[in-house]
Amino acid sequence: MTPTIGKLYNEPHPDETRVLTWRFGKPNSWKIDTYLADGGYQTIMKALQMTQEQIIEEVKTSGLRGRGGAGFPTGLKWSFVPRSSPKPKYIVCNADESEPGTCKDRLLIEFDPHQLIEGLMIAGHAMGSQHAYVYIRGEYRFLIEHLNGAIDEAYAAGVLGENIRGTGFTFHVHTHSGAGAYECGEETALLDSLEGKRGVPRMKPPFPAVAGAWACPTLLNNVETFSAVVPIIRDGGAKFLSYGVPKSGGTRLLCVSGHVNKPGVYEVPLGMDTMTFINGIAGGVKGGKLKAVVPGGSSCPILTADECQNLPMDYDSVAKIGSMMGSGGMVVMNEHTDMVAVALRIIKFYQHESCGWCIPCREGTTWLKKSLQRYADGGGSEADIDIIHELAKNMLGRTFCALGDAAAMPTISLVTKFRSEFIEYLKKPRAVHQHELVGIH
Amino acid sequence: MTFSPALEQRFEKMLKAYPEGKTRSAVVPMLIYAQDETGAVTEELIQEVAKRCGVSRLQVDEVVGYYSMLHRKPQGKYHVQICTNISCMLVGGTELYEHCSKKLGIGHKQTEPTGLFSLEEVECMGACSWAPTVTVNYDYYHNVTPEMLDQLLEDIRKANR
Ligand SMILES: Cc1cc2nc3c(=O)[nH]c(=O)nc-3n(C[C@H](O)[C@H](O)[C@H](O)COP(=O)(O)O)c2cc1C
Ligand code: FES
Repeated sequence: MTPTIGKLYNEPHPDETRVLTWRFGKPNSWKIDTYLADGGYQTIMKALQMTQEQIIEEVKTSGLRGRGGAGFPTGLKWSFVPRSSPKPKYIVCNADESEPGTCKDRLLIEFDPHQLIEGLMIAGHAMGSQHAYVYIRGEYRFLIEHLNGAIDEAYAAGVLGENIRGTGFTFHVHTHSGAGAYECGEETALLDSLEGKRGVPRMKPPFPAVAGAWACPTLLNNVETFSAVVPIIRDGGAKFLSYGVPKSGGTRLLCVSGHVNKPGVYEVPLGMDTMTFINGIAGGVKGGKLKAVVPGGSSCPILTADECQNLPMDYDSVAKIGSMMGSGGMVVMNEHTDMVAVALRIIKFYQHESCGWCIPCREGTTWLKKSLQRYADGGGSEADIDIIHELAKNMLGRTFCALGDAAAMPTISLVTKFRSEFIEYLKKPRAVHQHELVGIH
Repeated sequence: MTFSPALEQRFEKMLKAYPEGKTRSAVVPMLIYAQDETGAVTEELIQEVAKRCGVSRLQVDEVVGYYSMLHRKPQGKYHVQICTNISCMLVGGTELYEHCSKKLGIGHKQTEPTGLFSLEEVECMGACSWAPTVTVNYDYYHNVTPEMLDQLLEDIRKANR
C-alpha cells in the first residue's frame, strides 16, 4: 500500500495539455538517463547562449505568473533582482506546498525532478547565481530523498557543479527540509526558516529580490513556476503564452478534490471553462448537484455553483468575480455539503497555522474559530453571522503577512454567500449538527 | 553525541551547503533528521545541534516549539497521522480519524501504553486529490477507507509481535 515512486496517482485525461507533465507516466521519468534521452539539459545549454536580459524577456513574453498563490508576473519578478549587486545571489524554490487543496508540486518533483533542476539552473544563469535551495515541507521526506537522488545523478553526469560541461557556468542545488509550519510557505517566513529561525514573516520592503536569503538578492518562486521555465526557454515564450490567454500564459496544474468522480491533478490551459473542466476532466460532480467550488486552495473566496457558470479559469477572470486562482487547489462541493462545517474547518486550519507574530492575525483567527465553533455546536445566533463577517473584514489587509487575509477571505465569502444556510442551521436540532459536522459520504 | 554514519555524512554535507558562516541555517533540518534517530528532541540533542551549528542553546530551543513536526516527547514507534482538512473532510477524513481513535483507544497526540502506535489529527498533507490521506511515520497512504486502515494497523501489529 505504500506508494512507490513513479506510479501515477490518477489517470491522465486525454483533454489535458501536457506541457510540464508530458513525461509523467513514462518509465523511469525521474531518472537522468531518460531525461537526457528526451532532450533534457539541452535547454540550459541554449540558455547559456542567451544573455540574462534575453532570458528575462522570454519569461516576460510567456505571460507566466507565479504558481505559488499570489500570481505575480514571473518575468517582472525576475527583472527586480539587482544583478549588478556585488553580493552573491540566491535562487530559492518554494516546495512547502501546504495550502489545503494543493498537491501538484510533489508530482513535479516526483515525476520530473530534472526538469525542476534545469529550471533552477536557467534561473541561476539569468540571475548570476550559483546556488539554489529547494525548501521542501518536512512531511515530504520521501520527496526530499528522491530529489537528493536526482541532484546526485546530475552531479555525477556533470550537469551540476563547477564549470558545467566546460561552459564556465557553475551551479549547485541543495534541498532544505521544513518541519511542519504552513506559514513557512510565505516567502519571507520561508527565508527566516531557511536561515534557521522560527518562520515568521519579515517587513517588506525590502523585498526578497533585494534582500532575501542571508540579506542577499534572492529570486524565490514556486516549483511549478521554475519547472515552466524549461518549456518557455526551449520552445519560446510566445509558444507557452499561446497555450493560455493573453494575461495568463500557459498551462496550470489543477488539483481537483472533493466531490468529483475523478479527483486528481491535471494540466490544463489557463482560461479553460470551469464547468467544462469539472464535468469533463474531473468526471462530474459526485453525490448530488454542484453547490460550491473553492477555486485555488482554501484561502480563496468560495464560488457558488452559479458563479462557476461560464467562468474561464484564468487569473483575471477569477479575480473579476472576487476570487483567485491561488495555488491551483480546486475543491468541489456537492449540495449536501454543510457550509458551517466547511467554514469551521477552514478557520481551524488558519488559527492553528497563524504564526502568532502579529496580533490581528493571531487574535482574529482565534476569535473567528471560537465564534464558528460555538455556532456549529448550536450555540449561535443570527447576530453572530454579522459579528463573524465584521471581524473577518477587519483583518483584511491589516496583518503582517497574507495569512490573515487567507483566513478572512474564505470566511467572509462563506457567511455572505451562504447566509441563508447559516440562518437555517440555527433551526436544526443539535444532534443533526453533530452528525453533519463530521462530513459527508 | 554521535549519529549513524549515514546521518553524520548528511550533516557534514549539510553544513557546507549554506554560505560561509551561515551554519545556523542547518538548525531545523538537523533537528528533524536527528529526531528520527533519537526519538525526540531531547535537551542533549538541542545542545548538540547548537554546538554543531555554532549557535546558542536558546537559538535551537526557540525553534523546537515553533515547528509542529518537532517534538520533545517520544511518539509511538508508528506515528499515525490522519488529515481532516477540507478535501479529506469532504470524503470521510473526519470519520476515518474517529474510527482510528476508537480502534486504537487513544486520542489526538496520544500514544498507546505499549508505545507501538501514536495518533495525530493533522492539517493538509498535500495529497488532497487522493483523499482521505493517512501517513504512518513518513509513508503516505492515499484514498484510505476504514477497512484499509484496519488492515494496515493489523499488519503493523503482526509484524511487531
Ligand atoms: C501563508 C502563506 C502560505 C504560502 N504557502 C505557499 C506554499 O506552500 N508554496 C508556494 O509556492 N507559495 C506559498 N505562498 C506564496 C509565497 O509567499 C510566494 O508568493 C510564492 O512562493 C512565490 O512564488 P511564485 O511567484 O512562483 O508563485 C504562501 C503565501 C502565504 C501568505
Ligand atoms: S486536505 Fe487532506 S491532504 Fe490536503
